[in-house]
Amino acid sequence: MKEINELNLPEDVKYTKDHEWAKAEGDTVTIGINDYAQDQLGEIVFVEMPAVGDSFSAEDEFGSVESVKAVSEMYMPVSGEILAVNEDLEDAPEKVNEDCYQSGWIIKIKASDLTEIDALMDKAAYLEMLKG
Amino acid sequence: MRYLPHTQEDIRNMLAVAGCSSLDDLFKTIPDAVKVKDGLNLPEPLSEWELNDHMENLASQNIACKGYTCLIGAGSYDHYIPAIIPYLVSRSEFATAYTPYQPEVSQGTLQGIYEFQTMVTDLLGMDIATASHYDCGTALAECALIALRKNRKADKIAVSDLVHPSHRQVIDTYLNPAGYEMVLIPHTRDGLTDMAALEAMDGIAGMAVQSPNFFGHIEDLAGFRKIADDKKCLFITSFTEALAWGLLKKPGSFGADLVAGEGQSLGIPKSFGGPGLGLLAGTSKLMRDLPGRLVGRTKDTNGQDGYVLTLSTREQHIRREKASSNICSNNGLNAMTAAMYLSTIGKIGIREIAQLNHDKAVYLKSVLTDAGFEPVFDQPFFNEFVMKAPENFKQKRTDLINRHCLFAGLDLAPYYPELTDHYLFCATEKVSKQQMDQLAKEVA
Repeated sequence: MKEINELNLPEDVKYTKDHEWAKAEGDTVTIGINDYAQDQLGEIVFVEMPAVGDSFSAEDEFGSVESVKAVSEMYMPVSGEILAVNEDLEDAPEKVNEDCYQSGWIIKIKASDLTEIDALMDKAAYLEMLKG
Repeated sequence: MRYLPHTQEDIRNMLAVAGCSSLDDLFKTIPDAVKVKDGLNLPEPLSEWELNDHMENLASQNIACKGYTCLIGAGSYDHYIPAIIPYLVSRSEFATAYTPYQPEVSQGTLQGIYEFQTMVTDLLGMDIATASHYDCGTALAECALIALRKNRKADKIAVSDLVHPSHRQVIDTYLNPAGYEMVLIPHTRDGLTDMAALEAMDGIAGMAVQSPNFFGHIEDLAGFRKIADDKKCLFITSFTEALAWGLLKKPGSFGADLVAGEGQSLGIPKSFGGPGLGLLAGTSKLMRDLPGRLVGRTKDTNGQDGYVLTLSTREQHIRREKASSNICSNNGLNAMTAAMYLSTIGKIGIREIAQLNHDKAVYLKSVLTDAGFEPVFDQPFFNEFVMKAPENFKQKRTDLINRHCLFAGLDLAPYYPELTDHYLFCATEKVSKQQMDQLAKEVA
């Protein structure tokens, strides 16, 4: 497993305490799990995603990732309605391991309150949390 | 495990460690008022032969199907069990092993369960089957929970009132304390689940219909599939008589999402009502939602076939409170029995046995009709059907048990109060023409 200083943590996304990332473009927010989460889980074999049109509040469980070791729930970084899910993951869940910020994205949502994004951690704050 | 009682010396040593002077001292926190002082009021011990006599005497007071003609089904069926089945299943490799799931030491058991799962998927026309559950009732309740997990906005499960009454009780026991509701779909005058009533229901996560239903009738599963599509809910179907699939079109071919069934008919004795064998099968889309154990086939490091528990990440021992079910036991020995039975009778045999069941049930219905019984419903059935009995039948039925060792039908009134004098009859391959003719003569 990676050391903390080996983690790929881009500057242009926000992070949650449960190791999701979120990136806003207008009021569309793309969400996935970060490099730390995919590395800890190991080989991912299945991603359970919500249906387009479902609505969730921030911190609601919206799906799960199953690796050969465990199943982990994913939680909403911000509130919103599901606009799209990454259907490529149905046949190729390993994309989450290979490229968790680009082709391994999990859901896109229409955020209901964009100010919630500001409450999330930036890279520095997230690293602080990981270091404990 | 051996039973080794404590010696006086053991007891003295333990009391010394506990800091007590005597056993009475150890138990002094128990109030005197609740202590047994004069010993238990038990009879004197018996010798082994006396005890055997005593137990045999008690057992002989039961009325068991052995030696009787059983024309009752209703969830537990009196089928012939080929002699090879009890011989094979009582081999110690199968009979004494307790949950031997470590792949290093249990390839035989795991392959047996894998073959069982494969046969269940073939029998039902479904993609995937579990390693089994306690009985149909618990398998059906698990299906209801799957539907509620898949459709989180709904909190109701619609269940046909022609689903076996005991199975409905099990579903209710699972759902009610969890804040969910089981709503009953009534039946029509034709003895079928009322589709119009179901169509009028809202907010349901899943619907469960038994076919053949409790009256023995074959439901229009294709029609229920359409309603499930309209309602965007899961379509669950159940059955109590597994041999029906030797003749009837498989539930999978009607697009059932989940099938729960009782496998007792597959070589398992009635045994006073249990243990049964819960069958549960689903579509591959629901693979990760199935509860309990699944055995999969894989390759070992030498590239040879091997069998392991698979998809265990959903299960209780890894996922704890988020597990898909907290009953991960399966009825391993009965699953093995069913696999042996299905292998013994084969694909042609099951069709022949099913045809015999149906033909004998048709004959029984016709002789009862001639004897003055009224056929209540005009529906296709497999091996069970409902008849309205003549007025004096209740007494005759008791006489038949006592004098002729014959169980003539199940009284439906306790389950469906409007059906006084209605009886559910069943004929299996075991019942002979003479026995049926004799019944007709006695009740005419």
